[in-house]
Amino acid sequence: MPDTAVADTAPAVPLKELARRHGLSSSGRLVGPFEYLKQLWGYRHFITAHAKAKTVSALGTTHLGTLWQVLTPALNAFVYYIIFGVIIGTGANSTNFVAYLCIGVFVFGFTQTVVGQGANAITGNLGLIRALHFPRGSLPLSTVLVEIRNFVTALGVLVIIVLFTGERPNVEWLLVIPALLLQSLFNIGLALFFARLGSRMRDVKQLIPFMMRFWMYGSAVLYPVTRFTEHLHGWKLHLIEANPMLVFIELYRHSLMENVTLAGSPRLLWTEAVIWALFASVGGFLYFWRGEKGYGRG
Amino acid sequence: MADSEKIPTVVADDAHIVYKIVGAIGANQTSPLSALKRIVTKTNSTNVREVHAVKGVSFVAYRGEAIGLIGSNGSGKSTLLRAVAGLLPVAKGAIYAAGQPSLLGVNAAMMNDLSGERNVELGCLAMGMTPAEVKERKQSIIDFSGINERGDFASLPMRTYSSGMGARLRFAIAAAKKHDVLLIDEALATGDAKFRRRSEARVRELRKEAGTVFLVSHSEQSIRDTCERVLWLESGEIRADGPTEEVLKEYESYMKK
Repeated sequence: MPDTAVADTAPAVPLKELARRHGLSSSGRLVGPFEYLKQLWGYRHFITAHAKAKTVSALGTTHLGTLWQVLTPALNAFVYYIIFGVIIGTGANSTNFVAYLCIGVFVFGFTQTVVGQGANAITGNLGLIRALHFPRGSLPLSTVLVEIRNFVTALGVLVIIVLFTGERPNVEWLLVIPALLLQSLFNIGLALFFARLGSRMRDVKQLIPFMMRFWMYGSAVLYPVTRFTEHLHGWKLHLIEANPMLVFIELYRHSLMENVTLAGSPRLLWTEAVIWALFASVGGFLYFWRGEKGYGRG
Repeated sequence: MADSEKIPTVVADDAHIVYKIVGAIGANQTSPLSALKRIVTKTNSTNVREVHAVKGVSFVAYRGEAIGLIGSNGSGKSTLLRAVAGLLPVAKGAIYAAGQPSLLGVNAAMMNDLSGERNVELGCLAMGMTPAEVKERKQSIIDFSGINERGDFASLPMRTYSSGMGARLRFAIAAAKKHDVLLIDEALATGDAKFRRRSEARVRELRKEAGTVFLVSHSEQSIRDTCERVLWLESGEIRADGPTEEVLKEYESYMKK
């Protein structure tokens, strides 16, 4: 075609019209939420491979390698045991405070790392995002997968600690599994939410540590939940009792320990946990999905 | 008109692309006080800078065409390709494409702490292959890249590779898939003469299967060899669009100035 130069600079029909007539789709087009969910499912192998790759590359340069997956929670528990079990001896007013404390620390730590890593899921993988085409939701999902895997290992350590501190295993221990599922669902929502937030506003990452510390003190991790129920009234107590992390931690304590004073009846706690898990996962997913096409820019 | 018979595969309609760069702090702006002053006086944050890389580009690419993109360094060629591939969002205007255009670049990021083998698996999965396909293709990708010619490098972490080896492996991964619209970013300049021959043959093969090929290159020879139409970008705008020889002649006289 000798006249391409002329024909292309002054087309007979508007370009938008031309594109529509030939069924071309805009490269910035957003698919529907269900379609997006289906795409993510199609990329499940990528998500699991990416999660595995991240674990390997994070620990690959250490000598002990994946042994750290067990050592990290064990050392974590050891520190708390020394401080609270040996030095302070908080166990005086509670039946089994070391187990009580470790459950709180481990369960809260799971969500805490998910939030921290989730905020990095997009900004830390810009190279991958700008190079290849895949649903971006795969990245926060793979970070959650890494943390779920780490937490399951930590749970193994936790069970040993709980046994060691004198609890007897029974059928109720199996309730850990639904609690884990609900918390994981909740964490997926948080990871998706913070992944988009962190990619839009880098400053959020600086605020997360403070936010998480605030949240931790409100979740009865380091002291018994009875501190709240005895000293707080009215809306303050309601606010504390609706805290999803408090709910999850109490559920694990309920399933792993005998004679533990809970913040509310188990039935109420389970209902709250289900509501929080659904609310966070659906909300986080929708929020992340709305931003799908903008993730390459930052 | 002849145009009605030609099927467009990529349409760019007044596309603008803006990079937002966070963290480009000037030398005299490192103190907290200057950050406060910036916020109070509402001066445009120097911490976030915008680079207007592509400014209102419009063109129509048709099926069966091979289009070369030329221009001096930093003229927005690679950025435009990324936007066509849907990897960078368009700030204004729109880019329409048939199917899912694939960018075949040498800069594709990989995970440096992982072995070459694992990177092949991960890259293929990210391109949407099934695990069975990945298993089947893995060896041929590694063989094509030639990284195992000097011993078993495929099982070593990618950070131990030379830059040429890394680029070859990335090219081999990207070239393992069939594409509707194929975007090639300087990939032909990768590696030594032997690998270049092999990759040019692979690109010709891919071009036969693909509807439209875009090629970014600084090598006028490879543009002449593969493209019949050339887009010349200069500082984010199209300076010329036409048959290869005409545009290249203009481009040459411009570059000699």
